[in-house]
Amino acid sequence: MLRKIGIDAIEVRKVQQLSEIDGLIIPGGESTTIVKLLTRFEFVDHLRERVNCGMALWGTCAGMIVIARELADPYPIPLNLIDISVARNYFGRQVDSFEAELHIEGINGDPMRAVFIRAPIVQTVGEGVKQIASTDDGQAVAVKKGRVLATSFHPELTGDTRLHTLFLKLAKEAQEDPRQNSSTAVNPSSI
Amino acid sequence: MATSTSNGTTGAQRWKEMSKPEVGDWRVKGGLAQMLKGGVIMDVVTPDQAKVAEDAGAVSVMALERVPSDIRRDGGVARMSDPDLISGIINAVSIPVMAKARIGHFVEAQILEALGVDYCDESEVLTPADNEYHIDKWQYKMPYVCGARNIGEALRRIGEGAAMIRTKGEAGTGDIVHAVTHARQIQADIRTIQNMPTEELMSASRDFQAPYELVVEVHRTGKLPVVNFAAGGIATPADAALLMQIGVEGVFVGSGIFKSSNPAKMADAIVRATTHYNDPDMLAEISQGLGDAMPGIEANKVPETEQLQTRGW
Repeated sequence: MLRKIGIDAIEVRKVQQLSEIDGLIIPGGESTTIVKLLTRFEFVDHLRERVNCGMALWGTCAGMIVIARELADPYPIPLNLIDISVARNYFGRQVDSFEAELHIEGINGDPMRAVFIRAPIVQTVGEGVKQIASTDDGQAVAVKKGRVLATSFHPELTGDTRLHTLFLKLAKEAQEDPRQNSSTAVNPSSI
Repeated sequence: MATSTSNGTTGAQRWKEMSKPEVGDWRVKGGLAQMLKGGVIMDVVTPDQAKVAEDAGAVSVMALERVPSDIRRDGGVARMSDPDLISGIINAVSIPVMAKARIGHFVEAQILEALGVDYCDESEVLTPADNEYHIDKWQYKMPYVCGARNIGEALRRIGEGAAMIRTKGEAGTGDIVHAVTHARQIQADIRTIQNMPTEELMSASRDFQAPYELVVEVHRTGKLPVVNFAAGGIATPADAALLMQIGVEGVFVGSGIFKSSNPAKMADAIVRATTHYNDPDMLAEISQGLGDAMPGIEANKVPETEQLQTRGW
């Protein structure tokens, strides 16, 4: 998807690579696995520092869970990189997974087709966190604060690159003006 | 509406639309497998084992009655796992739970779907329930993974509705050789199809015994239309990394975890090795101090009548 919009994307497997990038996407997957491996390979502190210094960050599905402040479940312990609380597997198990049309603030044109797979939902948002897409009953499924973006669904599973383009803008901002992340919800003492 | 790829619908989607009822959704089913890529799926028999697997960083667990090496040793009919144990496993972990049904046993599959299982493995490891036909996997909202040894087998299963493919290998041996053979065979078949001029594709479809639409899609994209994992004989971190370097997208580990001398350590090491499959220094470090791997059987000495991989049609 990123290569489709002309980005020289890399897969980050080592913590040193965090210094080489302006934006990081934490993709779908299993949030327990992702948190475990981030911790085991000592990513957490460096990632937090990079986000505080203005790096753009986007969590989709499991990625949203990983960067949340707080979860409805006791486990895994999220990284608190955006001030939202999240419930995992909110819509149910795989047999309950679905697609829906979503209007997203900042995305022009037709609604986006969003794929929800064992998807989480945002239950509460902190100050300054903007809800940019919602379910029919008003619960947030996409939020943004500064250069940090979180989505419940998987934009990478459709061919639609509009959200990726929006994220690219955030990463470009980060490149040009590093020290400007308003993601100051971070409070290490609560971790 | 901006949904499909810029090339329009994929062959797999068209195949589905042409021939199959609208149950479950292709992208939602295949999408979960996409999310498991780069990960390890572990065979478990009990909720306690499922917890060990989750704690080690498994992306999913596979519930079955006995691990393959016990099935091989004890013989008898191997069936779907006890629903009590499956429910226990579903309640014990938050990662997706897969479970095995016998080839062609669509009622076991219906039960698994009713239990809320996230992925069904219509598996040659269990004793087949039908000597000729597989399950019509389009009829379920629950997605399926199936084993394959070559492109024909893989595309037939996808044609029946499988949303994920794994190599068969020779389960329960702890010998990697057949998983390697099958992974390489599928890749070789893909290269063959990819390099054909289009007028040869119909005959290729006949020779591979694979749906034409799907052969055309492989020709166009150079890969399987679904995620492809390795399975069957993986027993060490190096085995997992070997298959990843050969080009599979993730691994299933069966007996290799809970038949090793220290399952928690082995599970953890295989997860790390699958992440850092391309980093020999890391792999050297990961592979130390693990205790004994599972006892193995040389798969090439297993007589054909006792092979699991020949099950499936």
